[in-house]
Amino acid sequence: MGSSRTAEITVGALFVLGVLALFALAMNVSNISSFSADKGFNVTAKFGNVGGLKTKAKVTLSGVTVGRVTEIFYDKKSFRATVVMAIDPQYDYLPEDTQASIYTAGLLGEQYVSLEPGAEEVSLKEGSVIQLTQSAVVLEEIIGKVLVSLTTK
Amino acid sequence: MLNFLQTTGAHIIDTLSNLGKATLFLFNVLLGLKDVLLRPKVFVRELYSVGVLSMLIIIFSAIFVGMVMSLLGYITLVDFGAEESLGLLVSLSLIRELGPVLSALLFSGRAGSALTAEIGLMKATEQLASMEMMAVDPVRRIIAPRFFAGLITLPILTIIFMAIGIYSGYLVGSVWLGVDDGSFWSQMQSKVEFRHDIVNGIIKSVVFAFVVTWIAVFQGYNAMPTSEGVSRATTNSVVYSALAVLALDFILTALMFSNF
Repeated sequence: MGSSRTAEITVGALFVLGVLALFALAMNVSNISSFSADKGFNVTAKFGNVGGLKTKAKVTLSGVTVGRVTEIFYDKKSFRATVVMAIDPQYDYLPEDTQASIYTAGLLGEQYVSLEPGAEEVSLKEGSVIQLTQSAVVLEEIIGKVLVSLTTK
Repeated sequence: MLNFLQTTGAHIIDTLSNLGKATLFLFNVLLGLKDVLLRPKVFVRELYSVGVLSMLIIIFSAIFVGMVMSLLGYITLVDFGAEESLGLLVSLSLIRELGPVLSALLFSGRAGSALTAEIGLMKATEQLASMEMMAVDPVRRIIAPRFFAGLITLPILTIIFMAIGIYSGYLVGSVWLGVDDGSFWSQMQSKVEFRHDIVNGIIKSVVFAFVVTWIAVFQGYNAMPTSEGVSRATTNSVVYSALAVLALDFILTALMFSNF
């Protein structure tokens, strides 16, 4: 029976080790505790140009992540890009005239949406549309403008 | 010309009939789940020989793979001043690709080949035939416990591989190369998603476990009952497992991660 006992003990140890490893992966490596997009409320914003914005990009408020971009598509009525964002329900007090801008993290980093609160009394809720938007900055456009202003002197 | 056609045709028919045999065999093995659950003692012994005995090689390779990833990643990233992303690089590559694939390859070399050789030798020494004489179904008594043991243990070994690889990468990155602790973990935590990355990595390893143990037990069961036949079956088991794992990995990666 001795060898059967060692087998049982080591198999038990293997399973415990597996559970511990999964726990370590879940808690230390991934962001299981932080915000996930499917429990927030949806807000849309229309942009002239979304640049390199992707779904799952961050939505920030003064640099604090408050949501994620869930959908990006082209609206054929307004001829503008529409970005749907899911915002964490704990930030339900944002004024309705909040401005949404697309910025780049660092010089070569990824793009994200930055919200700047306005002054209205009414706050954003599920289905609200953000009116004030600022498109992504495209590097080529800036270079083009600079070149034009330099050469037309 | 006709001879050529004949050999080609014979090959195709041979392959197809083997595939059919393997599928029917798999079906029988899956039906043996009931017998496995009724004999936990036998099952625990198989879990020991398939899982616990493979644990050492998995842990050992995970430590070194994690350290090498960290070292190589650092050398590349430091040129761009982006060595804070080292944790992200190590964890994503281990969780998405290296963990499932390397564990499956090591598992097929350590446990799969042993399964094939054991079952093939049982067949060569007519132990399987004598069980049938005693009205004991060898597929249910011998094969099914081994199959389910492999199916369960490889995902667990893969999770252990991922965790140990990441921690050993952290050891090299932070203690030796001097990457900042906080940003090593926080970059990792901000980009690795439990449901998208870790769960998909585990799904991958379940698929690999299924394929690798299926190939191993089928090659053993289908081996020619001679010493040469057993040796050929063992070789085939490892070669087919490796090819199947690598090909499936490409397909699974394309399905799971290509929308980024």
